Amino acid sequence: MTEKFDSIVVGAGPAGIAAAYTMAKGGLNVLVLEKGEKPGAKNMFGGVIFRHHTEKLAPEFWKTAPIERHVVEYQYWFLAKDSHVLVSHRNQKFNGQYNAFTVHRAKFDPWFAKLAEDAGAVLINRTTVDDVLKEDGKIVGVETERGDVRADVVIAADGVNSMLAKQAGLRQEIPEDAVVLAVKEVIALPKQRIEERFNLGPEEGIAALLVGCGPGMHAGFMYTNRDTISLGIGINMRDLDKSKQRPNDLFEQFKNHPSIAPIVKDGELKEYSAHLIPEGGYDYVSKICMDGMLVAGDAAMLVNAINWEGTNLAMTSGMLAGQTVIEAKKRNDFSTRSLFKYRQRLEDSFVLRDLKKYRDVPKFFSSNSQFFTTYPQALNELAYTWHIVDDELKADRIKRMKAMLFKRRSKLRLIQDAYHLWRLFS
Amino acid sequence: MSITDKLYRNRYKVDEDSHLWIKDLKMCVKCPFEFACIRVCPTDVYKWEENKITITYDACVECGACRIACYDVGWKNPKGGFGISYKYG
Repeated sequence: MTEKFDSIVVGAGPAGIAAAYTMAKGGLNVLVLEKGEKPGAKNMFGGVIFRHHTEKLAPEFWKTAPIERHVVEYQYWFLAKDSHVLVSHRNQKFNGQYNAFTVHRAKFDPWFAKLAEDAGAVLINRTTVDDVLKEDGKIVGVETERGDVRADVVIAADGVNSMLAKQAGLRQEIPEDAVVLAVKEVIALPKQRIEERFNLGPEEGIAALLVGCGPGMHAGFMYTNRDTISLGIGINMRDLDKSKQRPNDLFEQFKNHPSIAPIVKDGELKEYSAHLIPEGGYDYVSKICMDGMLVAGDAAMLVNAINWEGTNLAMTSGMLAGQTVIEAKKRNDFSTRSLFKYRQRLEDSFVLRDLKKYRDVPKFFSSNSQFFTTYPQALNELAYTWHIVDDELKADRIKRMKAMLFKRRSKLRLIQDAYHLWRLFS
Repeated sequence: MSITDKLYRNRYKVDEDSHLWIKDLKMCVKCPFEFACIRVCPTDVYKWEENKITITYDACVECGACRIACYDVGWKNPKGGFGISYKYG
C-alpha cells in the first residue's frame, strides 16, 4: 500500500465509522483499518445504542439496521444477599419516540460500517496497526503488518486499550480506579419466554442496572435482545484487585442470585465476553489532538458512566473529528493548532459538557462504595421489616427500622452522603 | 459453569504467536501485586506453574485487565483477524 489517503481511521467501531462516514460524505479519501475479521468482532458492550445521536448519521436507521429491541422500560435493582428492591420506569412514549435500542455489536457494527463504505470510504478488515508513522514530530500515517500507509490525518478510534494514542504520546497508562472491567454472558432463550419473563410486547425491551451484588464499586447490567439476554457485571479494576476475587466467580455469584437466576433459567450460554470501560470521566480524557492525529470514542476515554452512555459519545466525537478534518483539508493545515477545533467542538457539545458536569462524580463514587454496598443492603432490610405482619406495634416497628438504618450508617454520615450527592448533581 | 466450558462457546482464530508476554520474568518470582494478572483475568489466561507464569493466550478475549493490573505484562493486539471474534458482542 503506497497510496496516500486524506485520512486513515483506525478502528471500525461507532467512533471510527462516524468519523469515516462524515469525511467520506464530505468528499475525502478515507481508509478504515479494522483489526477484527469484520467490524464488531472485537467489540463488547452492555448495551444499547441511542436513537438521537445515531440518527444524526443514519436517519430512521432502525428500519434497516440489525437492532434487537427498543427499550420501553428502565429497571433499577437494589440487591442484598437473597432479596431485592426493584424500581422501574416503563413508558408508552418510548414506543412512539424510540430512545434506545439493544443491539449485538457483531451484527450492528458491520451494518454501520457499510454506511461509510457506501459513502466511499475504503474498509480493510483483519489489519492490525502496529504503530504510528512519525516524521518531525508529526503523525503522517500508520505502520501495519501489511506495510506503511500515509495520510494527512490519522484518527485513532481503536478503543479503550488504544495502543495508538499511547504510541503517539497522547495518553498515559490508565490508573486502575479509572477503569471498569465488564464481564458478560449472552444467554439464549425463546423470544416468547423473554417477553413473558419481562412482560414485554414483540419488539419491546428492558435495560436494567443492578447494584449491591458485589464488593466495592460494582454493578450488574441486564438487557433484553430479540432471543437472548445480555447479563453482566462491571467492577472497578481497583476494587476487583483489592477484593482478591475472580471476575468469573463474581459473575457466577450474580447470575445465581435468587432474584436473577429465574430470569435466565433454562437459557443457553452463547458467548462469554469481557471488556474494559473507561469510566474515569473528564479528568481522564486524553489529549485528543496533535499534529496529524485525533483521538475519538473510548480511545479518548469518552464515557459517561453516570447515565450509562458511551456509544453516543463515541459516534458524536467521531462525527466532530470528521468535520474538523474536512475543514483542515480545505485549509490544507493539519497542525495541532488547526485540529484543535476538534477539542473546542467537543467542549461545546454534550460530550465534554456532560463529562465536565460530572467531573467529580467518578472519584466520589469510587471512594464512597457505601452506595453500592451498605445502602442496597439497608434498603432491603428496611423493606423486609416494613412488610412483616405480626404483633409488633407500628410505633415500635418504626423505631426499630430507624435503629437498623443508623446501625448501618450513622445519622451524621447519612446527612453527609445526602449533602454530597446533592452537591455533585446540582 | 467453568471458564473452560464457557470459552468453548466463543469463536477464536488462534495465532501461532502469543500477543501476551511477561516483560521481566524475574519480577514474577517476587511478584509485588500478589499475582494480579492471574486474579483479574476473566478467562484464566495466567497460571503459576513451576515457578513461572504461564500464558494460555488462546483463551484471551483481549480485554486488557492484566495490563492495567500489572506493568510487567506485555500486551499488544493480535495480528489482523486473529484472536477473539465475537458472534454477538
